[in-house]
Amino acid sequence: MTRASDMFDRFLNTFAAWALALLWILPLAYAVWTAIHPSAYEANFDLFAPLTTENFVKAWQAAPFHRYFLNTFILVTMILAGQFLLCTLAAFAFARFEFPGRNVLFALVLLQLLVMPDILMVENYQTMRLLNLVDTIPAIALPYIASGFGIFLLRQTFMTIPKELDEAARIEGASVLGVLWKVYIPLAKPTYLAYGLVSVSHHWNNFLWPLIVTNSVETRPVTVGLSVFSAIDSGIEWSVINAATLMTSGPLLIAFLLFQRQFVQSFMRAGIK
Amino acid sequence: MQTLRLKRDWIYGWLLLLPALVFLFAFTHIPAVTTLLNSFFSTPRGRRPAKFIGLENYERMLNDAVFWKVLWNNLWFAIGTIPVSVALAIVMALWVNDKLAGRSFVRMAYFTPTVLPLIAVANIWLFFYTPGFGLFDQITGFLFGWPASNYLGNPETALNAIIVVTVWKEAGFFMIFYLAALQAIPISLKEAAQIEGAGRWTIFWRITFPLLMPTTLFVCVNAVINSFRLVDHIFILTDGGPDNASALLLFYIYEVAFRFWETAYGATLTVALLVLLSLLAIGQFFFFDRKVHYK
Repeated sequence: MTRASDMFDRFLNTFAAWALALLWILPLAYAVWTAIHPSAYEANFDLFAPLTTENFVKAWQAAPFHRYFLNTFILVTMILAGQFLLCTLAAFAFARFEFPGRNVLFALVLLQLLVMPDILMVENYQTMRLLNLVDTIPAIALPYIASGFGIFLLRQTFMTIPKELDEAARIEGASVLGVLWKVYIPLAKPTYLAYGLVSVSHHWNNFLWPLIVTNSVETRPVTVGLSVFSAIDSGIEWSVINAATLMTSGPLLIAFLLFQRQFVQSFMRAGIK
Repeated sequence: MQTLRLKRDWIYGWLLLLPALVFLFAFTHIPAVTTLLNSFFSTPRGRRPAKFIGLENYERMLNDAVFWKVLWNNLWFAIGTIPVSVALAIVMALWVNDKLAGRSFVRMAYFTPTVLPLIAVANIWLFFYTPGFGLFDQITGFLFGWPASNYLGNPETALNAIIVVTVWKEAGFFMIFYLAALQAIPISLKEAAQIEGAGRWTIFWRITFPLLMPTTLFVCVNAVINSFRLVDHIFILTDGGPDNASALLLFYIYEVAFRFWETAYGATLTVALLVLLSLLAIGQFFFFDRKVHYK
């Protein structure tokens, strides 16, 4: 290949990559544009249109978003804490102990990658009714706490840790849980970070199950709150709805822009294992 | 001594597993079984308890025009989203993996839709699709002079409009997996091919693409599951309408179980979904198994 055609090839690729990137960012950019300008400029592009934060203020006052944010925060923390605890213990058992039924049980754990709790919403709702938990935050969290994905991911990580480290700690008199706490968990930190980011963003964004199991302001997470807010056909301006939309995705979006590298690497790490 | 150690291992293993298994069984395995059982019963109403009705629910399902409609829609949705988003993901990953001017911006642009909630995505696109003054109509009107059109309100285009949104949301997510796989391919392979005089196109089809096969399997399995699972945006964009033109199977299950409160029929539809998912998983495994080169 000649130098000139190589240059041309490079130029074409760069151009196409940028064109697609601009196309991809366009919907979001449009939402940002309408949210930070007065509603008169919704469909009227003027580079010098006055900027405003009014839309955000209006959205914040029009619906109890502060409560929705608190609910989502509690929900995500609850799920993450539960997942870390249960998945760590289960992954440790699968990675380092021999016991009858191990393979069958592991297959049953992996089955959850296919049959996700969302798909079983009809039965899970009945369970929550039986437990008298409908319209509570734990009801949203419980089906996700034992995550097949989390167990699998941590097991793969734990298996890469040399057994000698484990044995050395035991000779020094550490108990089983002591070994887990002092050897395995510290060495698996990157996996925890990766899994944590994936889990938080997944449950922050989750909608269908929370929609079914909640029906009051005190329990609704932001996604359901947003859908309730934008479903009211009382002529709320688009700029206000867009402001609310950005607000609900805001914390994740900002975290993503700040820690872009970690996010991308986390999703990669969670994927290849 | 050896046996004692083993017995102790058993107990530790089981105890460590116990909490996770309780939750797994309570919210995945037992519900899956009771779904199957309930599909043979009628829906309990008020003082009337559920009663065994054999295959009546299944008969109803086979005669339910809406069921076939949403199944068909789901097939189109899968055909419309999976190949396009996977192909786009590969192209995106190749670009972002290259030394490209402004690479980090490009990567951010591709990946950003992944971190947005599907509900928020739907809101953004709803505005995009608004007849008359949404950006979509403004662009087509400006470029081609097309009249205002209601993409979401027209049965012909509603499902396609939803497919576009889904591809936009998913492609960047799948890109990440391809990016990871590309970075694992040794550069020496590519250099060797270049010395042999292979062009970019040949290198891609003969070296890169075959080596990406395990990733493609993984991504496809995910994409298939997602095509049955992603229904959040339908609630905002079309609510399944017009006339079920854009309803998918899981959305229909929601409607039947939580709008009409026919839980037994909802369970029957869930069984259909579970059977479909398992068949697809098994089928894909065998289909790809012959073509995948494992390391």
